[in-house]
This record gives sequence, C-alpha cells and structure tokens, in this order.
Amino acid sequence: MAEVKVAPRPLSPHLQIYRWTWTMAMSVVHRATGIALYGGIALFAIWLVALASGPRAFETVHWFFGSPLGLLILFGYTWVLLHHMLGGVRHLVWDFGHGMEPGVRINMARFTLIGSVVLTVLIWAVALLLF
Amino acid sequence: MADNRVDTRVSMRTPLSRVKGLGASGHGVEHWWIHRVTAVSNIPLIIAFVIIVAALAGSSYEQAIAIVSHPLVAIILLLAVISVTNHMRLGMQIVIEDYVHDKGLKIAAVIANNFYAVIIAVACLYAILKVSLGRILI
Repeated sequence: MAEVKVAPRPLSPHLQIYRWTWTMAMSVVHRATGIALYGGIALFAIWLVALASGPRAFETVHWFFGSPLGLLILFGYTWVLLHHMLGGVRHLVWDFGHGMEPGVRINMARFTLIGSVVLTVLIWAVALLLF
Repeated sequence: MADNRVDTRVSMRTPLSRVKGLGASGHGVEHWWIHRVTAVSNIPLIIAFVIIVAALAGSSYEQAIAIVSHPLVAIILLLAVISVTNHMRLGMQIVIEDYVHDKGLKIAAVIANNFYAVIIAVACLYAILKVSLGRILI
C-alpha cells in the first residue's frame, strides 16, 4: 500500500505579516467600531427603559451619563458612530465600483479618520452651545 | 444563477432547483443585500438620532418625556431602532462567521447574536411606545 503523505496545508498570512496601510487600518477600525456600537447600543436601551420606568430610574441613569465617565463614554461613542458611518459610506461608494484607484482609496481612508474626528468635535461644540 | 451548459438535460439538479437558483446553501444574497439597505437607511436616521440625543442631553425627566413622546421624534426613533438592530445583527454575524471556527460554538454565538439584537430592539421599541402612548392615555 502506498503511504499517504499529508503535506502541511498552506496558511494565509495574518495581520502582523503585512505593512500597515491606511486602507487596512481603517478596515480594521471599521470592524472594531461596529463591534463597539453593537455593545454600546445597550446604553441607549437602558436610558430609554429608565425613561419609561419613571423619574427615579431616569435620575439615576441621567446622573451616570452626566458624570465625567458618562460624558467620556458618550464622547467616544459619538466618534465611534461617526467613524463607522463614514466608513460605511466609503463601502457604499466601493459597492458602486468607484474609488478603487490607489490614490483615491487612500484619501478616502484618511478622510474617514479626519472627518469623523472633526465632526465629533463639531457636534459636541454645537450641542454644548445650543442645549 | 445562469446555467451556461450546452445541454441542461444531463443535469442531476431538478428543474425546480434550477429555477430557484440558490445552490447548496439554500439561500442567496439576502444577508449581504439587507446589510446594505439598512446601511443606507441608517444614514439619515442616525443623523436625526444624534440631534435628538443632543437635545435630550441636558433635559429634565419631564422635558425628556415631552421630546420622546413627540410623534415625529418617536417615529424617527422607532425607525432607527428597527434599522440599526437589523444592521448590527447582520454585521455581528459576519464577524462571528469570520473568527469563530468551532461549529458548535459558532451556532451558539449566532443564536446569541440574534437573541441580543431582538432583546435590544424590543426593549427600545417598548420604551419608546410606552413613553409616547402613555402621555396620550393619561
């Protein structure tokens, strides 16, 4: 009987093998922000349920979101949300076959980071001034 | 899925199977497509959501009740919850399928993902409806 030799199967290289590029970094951040939003939406659900439960529950939750830690979480959440949104728009542009060229796709990746930071600061500035 | 072979009579697939065009998996591009559709619907809804939350930030209990119970705000929030919970359920399933390789664990994770999305959705929808309808009934 012939011996069956099992050759080691080829493995595709993982993240640490590659040189980091803008598109790769923003792709990783897009997925990470998606996961953060997935967990973070529970905070909104808690806030809504507290509002529906009555003044006492609401005051407790409202106090937490108004605390330095709560505000920090909300500020971070704003950026995460906007980054995921701009990243999503970038993906929709790609879905239509546009923006695949090297220069364009790197600029689009840079824009998701810069745009999300600028928009976050802008939204908080406007919110603090208006409300 | 087009069948490009010259003579399709030799196929082992039934005519019904060929008409459905779904292949072995039994489903097509629904997951991918609904993920895109909810991505599009999320954009205007999330912009409105951010403005609503900013308005809610400094408000008292009575003010918050008044804002959430406004029909326009309530309807936008209901639509946002439906769109977002579907989008996040589909997105997390992709992440699970990419990284969880053990079959049993993968099935458990996908089921847990569905449960989580539905719990979040029902909690939010119930709370919005209670707050907004409660004001009418009182």
